Parts: sequence; C-alpha cells; structure tokens
Amino acid sequence: MEENESEMVTIHVMGKKHRVPADLTIMKAMEYSGHQFRRGAGCRGGYCGACAAMYRVKGSYKLQGALACQKIVEDGMYIAQIPFSPAEKITYDLLELRPDANTFLEYYPEISRCLSCNTCTKACPQDIEVMDYVQASLRGDVEEAAKLSFDCISCGLCAVRCPAEIVPYNVGQLARRLNSRYLIGPTKHVIKRVEEVEAGEFDADIDELKRLDRKTLQERYEGREVKL
Amino acid sequence: MRLAYYPGCTMKTDAKNFDESTYSAAEALGIELLEPTRWNCCGTVHALAKDNVMNYLAPIRNLIRVEQMNEAELVDDKRVVTQCAMCYNTLKRANAAAKADPDKMGKIRDFMEKEPNYQGSVSVVHMLELIKGLGWDEVKSKVVKPLDGLKVSPYYGCLLLRPREYGIDDPDHPTVMEDLLEALGAEVVDNPYKAKCCGAYHAVHMKEVAADLSYRILKQAQEAGADIIVTACPLCQFNLGDRQNEVKKHQREFEGIPVVYYTQLMALAFGKEGTGFEQNTPDPVPVLEEKGLL
Repeated sequence: MEENESEMVTIHVMGKKHRVPADLTIMKAMEYSGHQFRRGAGCRGGYCGACAAMYRVKGSYKLQGALACQKIVEDGMYIAQIPFSPAEKITYDLLELRPDANTFLEYYPEISRCLSCNTCTKACPQDIEVMDYVQASLRGDVEEAAKLSFDCISCGLCAVRCPAEIVPYNVGQLARRLNSRYLIGPTKHVIKRVEEVEAGEFDADIDELKRLDRKTLQERYEGREVKL
Repeated sequence: MRLAYYPGCTMKTDAKNFDESTYSAAEALGIELLEPTRWNCCGTVHALAKDNVMNYLAPIRNLIRVEQMNEAELVDDKRVVTQCAMCYNTLKRANAAAKADPDKMGKIRDFMEKEPNYQGSVSVVHMLELIKGLGWDEVKSKVVKPLDGLKVSPYYGCLLLRPREYGIDDPDHPTVMEDLLEALGAEVVDNPYKAKCCGAYHAVHMKEVAADLSYRILKQAQEAGADIIVTACPLCQFNLGDRQNEVKKHQREFEGIPVVYYTQLMALAFGKEGTGFEQNTPDPVPVLEEKGLL
C-alpha cells in the first residue's frame, strides 16, 4: 500500500510505535502493523465480543474501552487488547432457580458491593447501561436486567474496570436466562419449528444441500431471501 | 533504644534537612530510628479529603433522573417522594451536601462525564411529609373504614428524625404518625422508645443486641396496651417484626405483637386492596379481624 502521509496516524500498540492509515479500525491497524490474531478476533463485525481493547488518546488520562474491530484509530492512540477477562464460570441448573434477587446474590454475591459509580457503563462499547442492569438484578427486577443487558456481547470490559470486582456480563446473562425460563416462557414458533424439524419436514432439503458443489452452494447462499 | 520511624514523603523530598537532623538528634539521644522496609503515603489528602465524591454518585444520579422526569413533563414538580427511611436520609443529605458545595458538585459532574449534570433543583420529601402537607382533614375525608378501637403504637426509629436538620419531625417528640393515625380513626398509644434505635444493622452480626433493643420497644408498646405497632422503615420493620422469634429466644414470656407499615393501615382505612398483610410477620390479620377491620 502506498503511504499518503496526510492520511497516516501514529499509534502505539502495546507500547510500540507504528504509522498506520487513519481510516483503519484498531484491529486492522494492528494487522497492518504486523500483528497476527490468534485470539482476540472473531466476527470482525461488532457482534461477538472477542476483540475488547483498551486505549488512551494523546493528552488524556482517560482509560477507554472499545471493540478493536469497530473503533477507528486516532492519532497518538495507545492500544492494548484485552482478549479475555478472568472470571469464574459459575455452574447452576436453570430449572432449579427462582427469578428473584436472592438468586443473583447466591451466585454473584459481589454485586452487593456495587457503588453505582457507573464505570462499567462508561467502559461498555455497546452503550449498555451496565450499572443499571446490575442494580436491577440486585433488587430482583429480572425483566429489566434482561432487557437492559440484551445487547451484551460479553467482551469483558465492564468486568475489567469495575472497582467492586463484579463481573457484570455474567450477571446479565443470568438475568436473561431467568427471564427466558421463568418470565417469558417457551417461544411458540420455536417449539413449532422444532417439531417440524423432528418430524423430518426439512430432511429432503438438507440432503439436497449436502449434495451441492461449492459453487452452487455459494450461489444459493448469496441469492437467498433475507427477511429483516 | 531502637524504634520504628515513619518518615513520610516530605521528609524525603522538601524536608530532607528535617529528616537528616532527626536522625542526628536521635542518635545523640541514644535513639536508633528504623524505617519500615517498605512504606507508603500516610494517607493524608485521601484520608482527610472531603472531596471523595464516590459516596455521592448513587444518590445524585437518582436526583438527576428525577430532574429528567420533570424535564420530560412526566411529573408535576421537582419533588421526589421517598418511603424507606434509609433512602430518605441518604438522598436528603446528599442533596443538601451537593447543593451547599459547588466545588463538590463540579467534581461529581467531572466523574459522571457523559451523564447529565445535576442542576440541584430537586427536593427530597418523605411520604409522611407529603401526607401532612395535604392536611389531616383531607386524610380523614378519604377514610371509609375508620380504625375504631384499634390501639396503635407508632415507632419512628432514627433515620426519619436525625440528624435534626434533615429530619421530618422533632427528633425527640415526633407527632406526624400520631396525627395520621388519629385521622385514620385509630387510638394512639404512646411509646417513650418510639425514636430510639431498633438495633439497625446489628441484626446481621450481633443478633442479640438488635433483639434486646427491639424487645424494649415491643414490650413497652404491649404494656401500654397497643394491639399493633406501626413503622416507617424496612429495617425497623425487620427488627421489630420479622425478628420476633429472635426476641422470643431471649425473652421466653414475650408473646409477640404484630408490626405493620403505616401505609398498610392507611390502605385498610381507605378501603383499598393491596394492604400486603400477607407479607407481615407476625401475622396482623387475627388482631385486625378481632377488631372487625378485616
């Protein structure tokens, strides 16, 4: 790629200085400067939460969070990827829980340490009101916690930043599970479709797809009807 | 003599001469000063700072959200009504502190960054203040089932009344619940312990302390002839009501007395559903039935 100086910026990736095109995302800028991702990259579309990154910009003490595949680099940016946030994976049997505050407190008692400082919310690249859903969980408002945390992709930045050492994304996940299991209940159209699958209604179609060559399969995929 | 010596950071920078001469003087006196291998800041600034805003973020954010409700014209004015005595006390005091100190307010704004600024326009009121403001005649006019013959002993606890400047009534001789109960048609039974501590959070780690303090209040109300006690605070309610089994462990002759929130008796007297008596321990229903109120 031919370098046009007016469109280049300087970034620091884990302390090392690089000149990169100004319109790249953090992820692409890192690849441009020679990094290869084995972890910390997933869908590249802002959906999977694998590419959490933290950065500071020149002249500011603020530590900020972003998804590396979404955030465009800025001149003077200091970047580090946080591909994983250490957190205990609590095991529970969803069928034996109750959708109330005590369930949250039993599995994640540290939520009672929440200071309402909102640092988690500031860190969230999805613009989720993280603190608000932690607080909703604390008072047993499962539906609100599930609703507020719905866009969470478990990137982990909230957990890394929380001064009370809460892992908000796990709390949100529990809220959404409780909400689905106990408050919303089974979804009728899914039950119907599962019955159809089990009755073999799609077996012939699947068999046909399995026999297609790659080119035809690709044409079918690209030409498929997309309903939004 | 060998003693531990904590020098502090200034002794190692701007006051090196102070540090050096300290050692010299001590040596002459036969005192050997020994610094801890590692030491950190004594904590001044942080320990003495009044600008720690962390405690204010939670209450002030709630007040910001009330301002937003007002701006969206969802509510009539900039008052926020509270019930829980702890919430009332916290919001009221944080509000006053933030309003009185523009510097503190600035620091809160800085920390909250993108959140809206608090304009300082909200006033925190307790439900009892609101009801009192309506007037006791207004309350009386809504009563469809007067609490005739029910002897009620009000209990205030501490946070509604103290500190004095934030309290809803005279901290030593409050009367707002008495006035309310009379308007509902009940017979008020005074309790000299009505503004004394119920044991508060000792309920968590020193159950017997809370049980003793609560017993004093319960026994006094019972001996004065009360059928029922009313509270205005969930923690008081817990200690006086839910924890009566704990009291009975220490006071075997104690037979128990129902404890309800003042609003539960209001709902009853106003003939409303949703009194919530099924959640109370001990069960207040028998005594209310006995008085012909249920």
